[in-house]
Amino acid sequence: MSNIDLKELKEKAKEIRIKTIDSIGFLGVGHIGGAMSIIELLTILYYKKMKIDPINPKMADRDKLVLSKGHAGPALYCTLADKGFFPVKWLHTLNQGGTKLPSHCDMNMTPGIDMTTGSLGQGLSSAIGLALSMRLDNIDRNVFAIIGDGESQEGQNWEAAMAASQFKLNNLIAFTDYNKMQIDGYTKDIMPIDDLEAKWKAFGWNTYRINGHDFSALDNTIDSARQSFDKPIMIILDTIKGKGCSFAEGKLNNHNMPFTYEEAKEAIKILEETNV
Amino acid sequence: MSEKDMRDVYTETLIEMAETNENICVMEADLMTATGTKPFKEKFPMRTFNVGVAEANLVGIASGLSAGGKIPFAATFGCFAARRTFDQFFISANYAQQNVKLVGTDPGVSAAFNGGTHMPFEDTGLMRCIPNLVIFEPSDTVSLKKLIKQAADHKGSTYMRLQRKGKNSLYKESDKIVLGKGNVLKEGSDVTIIASGYVMVPEALEAAELLGKEGIKAAVIDMHTIKPLDKKLILEYAKKTGALVVCENHQKACGLFAAVSEMLAEELPTPVQAVAVEDKFGQVGTLEYLQEVYGLTASNIVEKTKKVLERKQIRVGVQNG
Ligand SMILES: Cc1ncc(C[n+]2csc(CCOP(=O)(O)OP(=O)(O)O)c2C)c(N)n1
Ligand SMILES: [Mg+2]
Repeated sequence: MSNIDLKELKEKAKEIRIKTIDSIGFLGVGHIGGAMSIIELLTILYYKKMKIDPINPKMADRDKLVLSKGHAGPALYCTLADKGFFPVKWLHTLNQGGTKLPSHCDMNMTPGIDMTTGSLGQGLSSAIGLALSMRLDNIDRNVFAIIGDGESQEGQNWEAAMAASQFKLNNLIAFTDYNKMQIDGYTKDIMPIDDLEAKWKAFGWNTYRINGHDFSALDNTIDSARQSFDKPIMIILDTIKGKGCSFAEGKLNNHNMPFTYEEAKEAIKILEETNV
Repeated sequence: MSEKDMRDVYTETLIEMAETNENICVMEADLMTATGTKPFKEKFPMRTFNVGVAEANLVGIASGLSAGGKIPFAATFGCFAARRTFDQFFISANYAQQNVKLVGTDPGVSAAFNGGTHMPFEDTGLMRCIPNLVIFEPSDTVSLKKLIKQAADHKGSTYMRLQRKGKNSLYKESDKIVLGKGNVLKEGSDVTIIASGYVMVPEALEAAELLGKEGIKAAVIDMHTIKPLDKKLILEYAKKTGALVVCENHQKACGLFAAVSEMLAEELPTPVQAVAVEDKFGQVGTLEYLQEVYGLTASNIVEKTKKVLERKQIRVGVQNG
């Protein structure tokens, strides 16, 4: 990746961060922590990796994304709005009665959302179904799935892990947003999931572990993952929950946080003044 | 108004019971912060189990704790308590005749900003299909405390719908509240409004007030226990008033309205009208917005009351003619 590309992606991520803080702050409460930790991932997927068409969101031969940790929806909505899937002004309707942008991702409401999620643990199975459909339809694209580290405690993920490997789904690229936190505390204290890489390997997946906020690492790893011969791929992302939102970053209570629009604006100002 | 939120009363009551009963345990699935049971954990760390985001495992382990002689109170959002763990709760807890106290928080529209995926309109209905299970939904902080204690004493599993937030108190400490028996909150002779839960009971009382201004005398019953149903009380008021309205923050198909209607159909056919969610999924919004959208309001209760009174007139007409 050239330095110019890198700078552009960083600028984009900053914009999406700002929009996400703004949209949640406008409402006054929301899942800020888990939204912030996947901004770089969403940015590189939607701006550099995925074949998608905002004018034709249901295009048959597109790449698809299942945001299994559906509570991070606002980050995805801001990305999709920025891409032009729907008007940016929708972002201020987040979670309000009659909105097309509900707290958790809904494929029947929001243009660009490929799967409905919100009940944790279900998304990876859905992603397998999508990947199998692509194979049946001879569509040579990828299904991307994002699961949380807390979410990884749901047993269904491990049923899915076996299935994807049995079906040799090399078109399935999953990410674990390993931000080390869930609602009740640090994942290691609530219900440890380590050694995550060893676990996925044992279930027959190709695995990588990288810094989830590092665009170069994301870029190389996704390209390499796409070369997988006959295995599904799990990319474990070391991330920081709340990353880039001054009042939330790294805070244990940042999962579903109330904050005022003034606080949001302050956090946005800090971001704006930071050079990427 | 109580000084405490519903969830604080939940935790406080568990602590109080645990002090004298060493079998009381608390279980969570990464929603301790939401349920508010941290003070229990601080007091009784050995008797507190947080299994992470794993509801099926939550209920499975609770069943084993019960088989080992413990009394686990296991909580998660109602949508997951009912839908995610249904088979575990059905088989390991109930079929196996265990003593699991399952708690589903954020019933119906109170899931508000968590939206459609998190909005249980069917939990009571699912649970009603489990033989012998006791199902209840406290309407305020006072009845919450009293009913939890009785649930703990009950030999067998229970399911409680728990409103987490809100400090409403309808009852006095001295009021008698018995699991399995409805409480008549207001007398009336024209129609009976039966309601359950934190959201609907106050709406029912408000509706009765509005109806009173129009000269309609409505009795109001807090039917906090949905199963076993207080047949005797319902039959008494069906005879006395000849018409009923059943209000619940739940799907119409399988909840309290269904329970009351099924019983009356066999025992004493009486016109009944529902104020409930009409075969719809949940959605996102504020509590007030969602109450409007699904008609879970005093004004809809008034409307449905008038409708059922018309049907009562027609029936009386038919019987007389
Ligand atoms: C089946 C299910 N159980 C519980 C919840 C409530 N819940 C929402 S997010 C969350 C914690 C998730 O932690 P993690 O996956 O680490 O998310 P992140 O840190 O990325 O926000 C929980 C328990 C849910 N949405 N679905
Ligand atoms: Mg996490």
